Amino acid sequence: MLSSSTLDRYIAGQSPVHLLDARVKLSLTLAYILALALLPSGAWLVMGLCAAMLWVAVRWSQVGLRTILLRAFVALPFALVAVTLVFSVPGQPVFRLPLGPWVLTASDAGLVRFASIVFKSWLSVQAALLLTATTHFTQVLYALRALRLPTVLVAILSFAYRYLFVMIDEAQRMLRARECRSAETPGQHSGGSIVWRARVVGQMVGTLFVRSYERSERIYLAMLARGFTGELRTLNPRSLTQREQGILIIGLATLAGLVLMTYLA
Amino acid sequence: MMSTHLLLPLGLHIPDGFLTVPVALAWWVLTVIAVGVAVRKVGASLNERQIPLMGVMAAFIFAAQMLNFPVLGGTSGHLLGGALAALLLGPWAAVLVMACVVALQALLFQDGGLLALGANIFNMGVATTLIGAFVGAPLLRLLGGQRWGLVLVGFATAWLSVVAAALLTSMQLVLSGLSAAVVFPAMLFVHLFIGVGEGLITVAALGFVLTTRPDLVTTMASYLNPATLQRPLNRRSILGVTGGGLMFAVGAALLSPLASGDPDGLERVAEDQGFIDRALDPFFNLLPDYTLPGLDGPISTIIAGVLGLLIVFGLVYGLTLLLRGRNQERA
Amino acid sequence: MLELVDLHYTYPDGTSALRGVSLRIDAGEKVALVGPNGAGKSTLLLHLNGVLRPRSGAVQIAAQPISDANIRQVRAQVGMVFQDPDDQLFSPTVFEDVAFGPLHMGLEEADVRGRVTLALDQVGMRGFETRMPHHMSLGQRKRVAIATVLSMTPSILALDEPSAGLDPRARRGLIELLHSLPQAMIVSTHDMRMVAEVFPRTIVLEQGQIAFDGPSATLLADAAMLLRYGLEV
Repeated sequence: MLSSSTLDRYIAGQSPVHLLDARVKLSLTLAYILALALLPSGAWLVMGLCAAMLWVAVRWSQVGLRTILLRAFVALPFALVAVTLVFSVPGQPVFRLPLGPWVLTASDAGLVRFASIVFKSWLSVQAALLLTATTHFTQVLYALRALRLPTVLVAILSFAYRYLFVMIDEAQRMLRARECRSAETPGQHSGGSIVWRARVVGQMVGTLFVRSYERSERIYLAMLARGFTGELRTLNPRSLTQREQGILIIGLATLAGLVLMTYLA
Repeated sequence: MMSTHLLLPLGLHIPDGFLTVPVALAWWVLTVIAVGVAVRKVGASLNERQIPLMGVMAAFIFAAQMLNFPVLGGTSGHLLGGALAALLLGPWAAVLVMACVVALQALLFQDGGLLALGANIFNMGVATTLIGAFVGAPLLRLLGGQRWGLVLVGFATAWLSVVAAALLTSMQLVLSGLSAAVVFPAMLFVHLFIGVGEGLITVAALGFVLTTRPDLVTTMASYLNPATLQRPLNRRSILGVTGGGLMFAVGAALLSPLASGDPDGLERVAEDQGFIDRALDPFFNLLPDYTLPGLDGPISTIIAGVLGLLIVFGLVYGLTLLLRGRNQERA
Repeated sequence: MLELVDLHYTYPDGTSALRGVSLRIDAGEKVALVGPNGAGKSTLLLHLNGVLRPRSGAVQIAAQPISDANIRQVRAQVGMVFQDPDDQLFSPTVFEDVAFGPLHMGLEEADVRGRVTLALDQVGMRGFETRMPHHMSLGQRKRVAIATVLSMTPSILALDEPSAGLDPRARRGLIELLHSLPQAMIVSTHDMRMVAEVFPRTIVLEQGQIAFDGPSATLLADAAMLLRYGLEV
């Protein structure tokens, strides 16, 4: 059973990457992922440069390259959907894979496509991980607000984040309680039917819903008691310093340059 | 380190790198429009109570997705929640809630990419809730609020929403150049079953809420979406229901030739550590190569697709009958 | 300072929660509100800053009855702290939560920041500004919950079971905090030993009516009365 605090991937620190304004970090992360997606398959040199840039940033952040690299494998299972490209893209045959009555032929172009997708995906996840690991979610919310996401959405995200861990704890207490009563009798069919098991979970979901609803009512009262009138107020975001603007512009320009380079070359 | 990823329906959270830029941006546009409409609709009837409610509901859906139950061979059933959210909260609030859930998963846990977030929100947040609301809610009223009607509608919309999300995901991947021969059958097959789990949980959860706090569903509807509940069922929504079902059936059937365009497509599906062909065997034996023996060409594939759908509907129908029987025994 | 006159309240489902409650609290007075669960303690507290409105009777703050016109001033004057800090603390960070009240009062940024710092100082939680409530202990969360209303500079505090669920050390810290705060306060509780230490005056509420209102010492010394109201020291 995992505790909800281990779910939060923010790693506290005082590195230059941690201290960089969240708006700059969020913009650069999005631009980085977009740039990667724009790169054609097989642009290994530029992809390598992108990887190097990211890993330098990870070094600066002091969160540990190993942590980021390992956690980035989270999206790997999805790569298996793309593995078929190896065999379906036409090109020079590289090797054959006998599989029962069928023989699959791998092409060079297919291998390049597949490897490019997996590598880009891996780097994109690392970039997102670096953002999450070095930026507290409240700062991400602040950045989203500054980037003009509707206030209602920012408010919902903020409440959701606040109560996420409270709810996950409640869900896990329920699962634990079920676990403790899921006994078996030797020689008897145990566990009940799938429909019954699904019903039990459904009732847990229903319970959680009712509790969540009641909690939202208490929160609303607590807000009213402190003068809430329906309008959401926050401190105004400060403007970016010249240094931050500089970092943002240099970062965006570098990424744009790298993408242009691959298309011009 | 354990991640929530392992607990969520595999294959619906598209990571970055898999969608091409035009595909990702196209779905971003659709998502921005849908969420924008939802913000306006919810904002128009803005009651300040909604903001904490929707935030807590997003946290609730997130946590509810972690509640799972063992199915077979180490796999587990759990909830996506879009249809449930729509039936409990009304369509537009549910769109906002689900959009926030999917966005949090990407931003906090890297479940799904950021460039792909538009597509992911659309598949899991917009499509699922719209099916829940615009097929489920009118259908529920059509059946006159009967308990068995609730079971049927809850199950059908939940199942449909998962399958629709899987189909949309497949479509986006195929548009990005992945082989249709693999993506469609694999996604569809896996989610036909995941959808059953979704349906069962949704029905039980709805039933629980209606038994313990029946006031909540109406209270909530009254300040989240007064219009839907008070409006009598008109011809348009009946058309919506039947049209939705029909379009879905025809769409899935038409997609199946794509799915088997490549003769040895299915065999290449990979999941877990190896190839999934073992798992696909039963389906194969039923309809070898996704076509009917003795017939050739796309016609046979379409027929096979329709047959497959009928089989699934039959299964669903049987299950609902079973559930209904149990409910009546209890009542 | 604060006066309730013949307060009646019935919940929408028909349950009668308060049946003719009248009381007066003077500036700086510390009053304990005790009685069994369901006696109406929380309902009474919710009336003090207008979250609930009485069916009949009146709530007067500084000789002014609560009305739609003055409700926002009243909310700054009466600081309401809920029992479960997870309900009270709804923002992702401590700073945002303590700043919520002042921001809604329309104060300038510098003033808001100053009040947050001061309020956290008062409850001994300076340095927790960027922390998430979820990662703090119950005792810490209860303190921050009190800071969220102190930042609005109220003259009366209404606290719902502040010591419930705390370990002995956190409870001790809380008792000292309540001692040190200069505001008038009305505190619902089951903790009679805390009552003996902090509150010179006690009100016993039973079935929506005041059963006893007087010096805590009198109540605590009368074993028969304690037994009658189901209280234990």
